[in-house]
Amino acid sequence: MNQKHVILSILLAFFACFPVLFDNPYWIGVLNDIWLYAILGLSLNWIVGHTGLFNLGHAAYYAVGAYTAAILATRYNVPILWAMPLSGLAAGLFALIVARPIIHLRGDYLAIVTIGVGEIVRIALENDVFGLTGGSNGIFGIPRPEFFDIRIRRPWQFYYLIGGFLLLTIWFFYRLEQSRFGRALNYIKEDDTAAEGSGIPTAYYKLAAFVIGAVWAGMAGTLFAAKMSTISPGSFNFWESVLVFAIVILGGAGSIPGVILGAFLLVGLPEIFRNFADARMLFFGAAMVLMMIFRNKGLLPPLVRKYAGVVRKRGGLA
Amino acid sequence: MDFFLQQLFNGLAVGGIYALVALGYTMVYGVMKLMNFAHGELFTMGAYLGLTFLGVFAFTELLGPFLGVLVLILLVMGLVALVGVLLERAAYRPLRSSPRLSAIVSALGASIFLQNAIMLVYGARFQVYPHGILPNMPISILGVDIPLLRILLFLVSILMMAGLFFFVQKTRMGTAIRAAAIDQDAARLMGINVDRVIQIVFLIGPALGAAAGVMVGIYYGQINFTMGWVFGLKAFTAAIIGGIGNIPGAMLGGLLLGVLEAMGAAYISTAWKDAIAFAVLILILLVRPRGILGERVADKL
Repeated sequence: MNQKHVILSILLAFFACFPVLFDNPYWIGVLNDIWLYAILGLSLNWIVGHTGLFNLGHAAYYAVGAYTAAILATRYNVPILWAMPLSGLAAGLFALIVARPIIHLRGDYLAIVTIGVGEIVRIALENDVFGLTGGSNGIFGIPRPEFFDIRIRRPWQFYYLIGGFLLLTIWFFYRLEQSRFGRALNYIKEDDTAAEGSGIPTAYYKLAAFVIGAVWAGMAGTLFAAKMSTISPGSFNFWESVLVFAIVILGGAGSIPGVILGAFLLVGLPEIFRNFADARMLFFGAAMVLMMIFRNKGLLPPLVRKYAGVVRKRGGLA
Repeated sequence: MDFFLQQLFNGLAVGGIYALVALGYTMVYGVMKLMNFAHGELFTMGAYLGLTFLGVFAFTELLGPFLGVLVLILLVMGLVALVGVLLERAAYRPLRSSPRLSAIVSALGASIFLQNAIMLVYGARFQVYPHGILPNMPISILGVDIPLLRILLFLVSILMMAGLFFFVQKTRMGTAIRAAAIDQDAARLMGINVDRVIQIVFLIGPALGAAAGVMVGIYYGQINFTMGWVFGLKAFTAAIIGGIGNIPGAMLGGLLLGVLEAMGAAYISTAWKDAIAFAVLILILLVRPRGILGERVADKL
């Protein structure tokens, strides 16, 4: 066991015992928010950090997931955790339809179109689209989730539910990073012309990455709906997308620990400095500019990956 | 028919404002290939500064309504132009040689920063422009009564656009801007000071945006710190409709978007008004990404 494993185990043990050690619903609630944003951040990281697609409308897929779960739970009495795969599927399907024609757009064009998609979704929800979304009031009375006959309603119960899903998320994206798919995405991000030339179907891979990120955001949306028991279009506006985007960029695009650190900083710090709550977006903005100037890979950038059998020459990998 | 003409003039007046803001986007994009997300916030800043100066100096009482508003607009344009140059210095110049995506993130950061700075200074609530700064009697055109304010708005934006068009087409500096937009390196080799060109672009764009901000304040009567975001996004849409980087294109795109939106709100639904602009944006990018007047296709997709 090296030093890294020791630190990781200590952190894991600390957060696993947190609700037992500190019986404080407020701070447990803050951590729940952090975990939720970490899950969202990791799902966006797959799109932005690994594939290099500038998605500034991630809240749209989060919203589709949350609304699907809420509608299933309130109208059709589907237990909300059972709705989770379905809401992931709905978000993924929506992403597939939306992203299919725009996936080839370059950097800033893609950014602006995804902003447009996010806004259209929010406006559609506000206008009570299909008569299902409840207009600007949203949907309320979403039943609490049940996990093997345990009704989850206290913050510490949600802590383990959301925290558990975060662990699953970390494991999933870690495995995906190591896969052939993940390597192909990194190639596309570095140079998509060269990737295409090496036989990687870039359009297909980009689309697949986008949809995976959206599916995961949709499932996170289910957790959000279950936790809040009320959802409204206001929770899925442009600034929500920007917040998740900033978590990824400031924490370290393409790096799982970076994104989690980003969630801690951007969601947790404002809770500590509550007196400056109004000014927190001001700091975010300034931090984004400064970060790009002085450390444009984020606080914890991904490490250069080493492959067995590749001899590392002086000066790094060729 | 009367209703249609009403909506048409309404759309043209709002479209003129979109066009003025779109010019700032398109000029910066033309020269730097950067989407200046913070441009909308400079527009908001113009609206707020206009309100402040109106209160402090009482221009309209000293100089009469028309001259007063003119002086006010010029003053605000000058100040916001300075902010624009500072913005370029602080947030964009250090990233000139970085990857494009870093510059986009920095632009987004600058936008968030400015928007919240405005909120902290002026508060989050709507602020109201004094009523009746300019006389607003209806004037009959083609048998339809159009408020004078709407006509003035349209004329002023057309005048500014014409001024800009001649500046870019006829002067030395304008030629330099066009050259830098085509190829920065070649322009540099021809002895053009590209840094200066970028500075000029960051003077003119924000100045036009600020003028649009004051005009929106006078026209709609109330302003909010988030207004720049919606207007900015729509103006960017207008710039893309016309063909980004293309100055006449931004003017055309702005007017077109204004009219489209007015018609959509009138004949389809007001609740979906904002969605119409974004739908047009997506459609244009799918069907004709270079826009109506755009020619340079290479390096765009």
